[in-house]
Amino acid sequence: MFSYFFSRLKVLIFSLFFASIIIFFMIEIIPGDPASFMLGINAEPDTINALKKELGLDVSALERYYNWITGMFIGDFGVSYTYRVPVSELVMARIGVSIPLALYAILLSTLIAIPIGIISASNHGSFKDWSFMGFTQLGIAIPNFWFAMVLVLIFSIYLKWFSAGGIPGWDEGFFINLKALTLPAFALALPQASILARIMRSALIETLSQDYFRTARASGLTFFQAVKKHAFRNALIPVLTIIGLQFSFLIAGAIIIENVFFLPGIGRLIFQGIVQRDLIVVESLVMLLVFSVIIVNFLVDMAYLYVDPRLRVKK
Amino acid sequence: MKFPISFILGFFLSLIFLVITIISFFWVPHDVETLNIANRLKEPSFENLLGTDHFGRDIFSMIMIGGQTSLSVALIAVSLGLILGVPLGLISASLRGSLIDDIIMRGNDLIFAFPSLVIAILITAVFGPSALNAIIAIGIFNIPVFARVTRGAAISIWTLDFISSARIAGKGSFRISLEHILPNILNLLIVQGSIQFSLGILAEAGLSYVGLGVQPPAPSWGRMLADSQTMISFAPNLALFPGITIILAVLGLNLLGDGTRDLIDPRLQDKIK
Repeated sequence: MFSYFFSRLKVLIFSLFFASIIIFFMIEIIPGDPASFMLGINAEPDTINALKKELGLDVSALERYYNWITGMFIGDFGVSYTYRVPVSELVMARIGVSIPLALYAILLSTLIAIPIGIISASNHGSFKDWSFMGFTQLGIAIPNFWFAMVLVLIFSIYLKWFSAGGIPGWDEGFFINLKALTLPAFALALPQASILARIMRSALIETLSQDYFRTARASGLTFFQAVKKHAFRNALIPVLTIIGLQFSFLIAGAIIIENVFFLPGIGRLIFQGIVQRDLIVVESLVMLLVFSVIIVNFLVDMAYLYVDPRLRVKK
Repeated sequence: MKFPISFILGFFLSLIFLVITIISFFWVPHDVETLNIANRLKEPSFENLLGTDHFGRDIFSMIMIGGQTSLSVALIAVSLGLILGVPLGLISASLRGSLIDDIIMRGNDLIFAFPSLVIAILITAVFGPSALNAIIAIGIFNIPVFARVTRGAAISIWTLDFISSARIAGKGSFRISLEHILPNILNLLIVQGSIQFSLGILAEAGLSYVGLGVQPPAPSWGRMLADSQTMISFAPNLALFPGITIILAVLGLNLLGDGTRDLIDPRLQDKIK
């Protein structure tokens, strides 16, 4: 169990280290330095140098990389070139939108996908199965931002049930914000749920044909008892893998969906950073996103320990 | 041999998509480069099959030309993934368990941590938005996909007897990979290729939608959707038609991929008969 944990931890550290190097050098090769960009073309060389010193740009690339990484460990993401406030402050203000949105979407997609997967698998080959799988094919093919626009058209413009964008802020109460995040979360969840339902179905079909499942049924368990006790947990392994892989798509989707619904989250901050050439914001946020993908995949690896007892045995 | 329904449906959808895009290189119903404001926001009619946009351009013609962008970006990105990913997977499989295998697979995990949109954001931050950057961003993300599929399939073939025979006949790992492994996993790569192709179309639309892909005036389905967003309350067909086009193209390629897999997977062969 510990050897498994440490081998995964090694992968985690390795990935974080190389990801940070890739991101740092991508940003390094951009021509022009931010200090002269911020001060404009008429700035005196002295002023530029003073600002460079203030921003910590007057040292070698290696030192800058070291400062950036060690800063990140203590939550110091540098200072935004355009806003002149710490990036961590900008992140803290927006993470309250992005994280609830991601969790809401994952929750929705799991709640939609698992029942569909179970129903389809247990009625394998029936009309029910066939039509559910048709819907999931469609769900995979629909671009989530277009689905978001259609949701706005139906539920905001025609039915007027939801607002077309924005979020009131968490001081205004929980449910009003939850309502504001509902359409974006549905738009994000649709493709995820479709893929998850298909994986759930095929994994369950595989386990339903196993001998131990037949034995469980023969020993007197009802179909759903046997699924709950034996099949579901075995089918969970591929499903977990997919949830981990999908997190990266979820992040990408969330960046786009935040823009469709004008949600002040991390995704919109990145785009503002690109437009204003606020590179420290782009650099730190990209690192944060990649960090979150790597951490989630690490957690998925750890979840295997819970689902698959074979991994707990000392090798 | 009986063809699965998904294969037939996917084949025809993909064929229609391909034919319309090829036709658009030679002929479109209306010129999309000249603006005709007097003719703007027209409902679908016989003259303009899907209506006109806010500049009076024919939506059907724009969708036809937009297909060129989607097709070329996705095609080049998938080729990039195939050209780099497949050899990496073959090398990894022939040296499985070695340090090189480990390095290649860890490198794959690393690229997987960068969602294609995040790669695109990084590239755009450095070089500015363009179709080329969209291709690179989608292509880079395809490399680990093909490397993994290739490695997984190749490893199971390496254990078969005819590979041992080839070894005894004196063939090296390189020749075995090329002459025996590759032809045997080609089917699988074609299936994965069609799925990645459809993902590429979706990704291109997404990148163009947020302004990181193809730049105006080149028409693209994603950009058409972005332009239509502010007008959705009074001109919904501007948003509906490009969206439905994307769905049909992606659906067609996915069904084609699934259908081909069902067709070539011997385990499923009995069920089809």
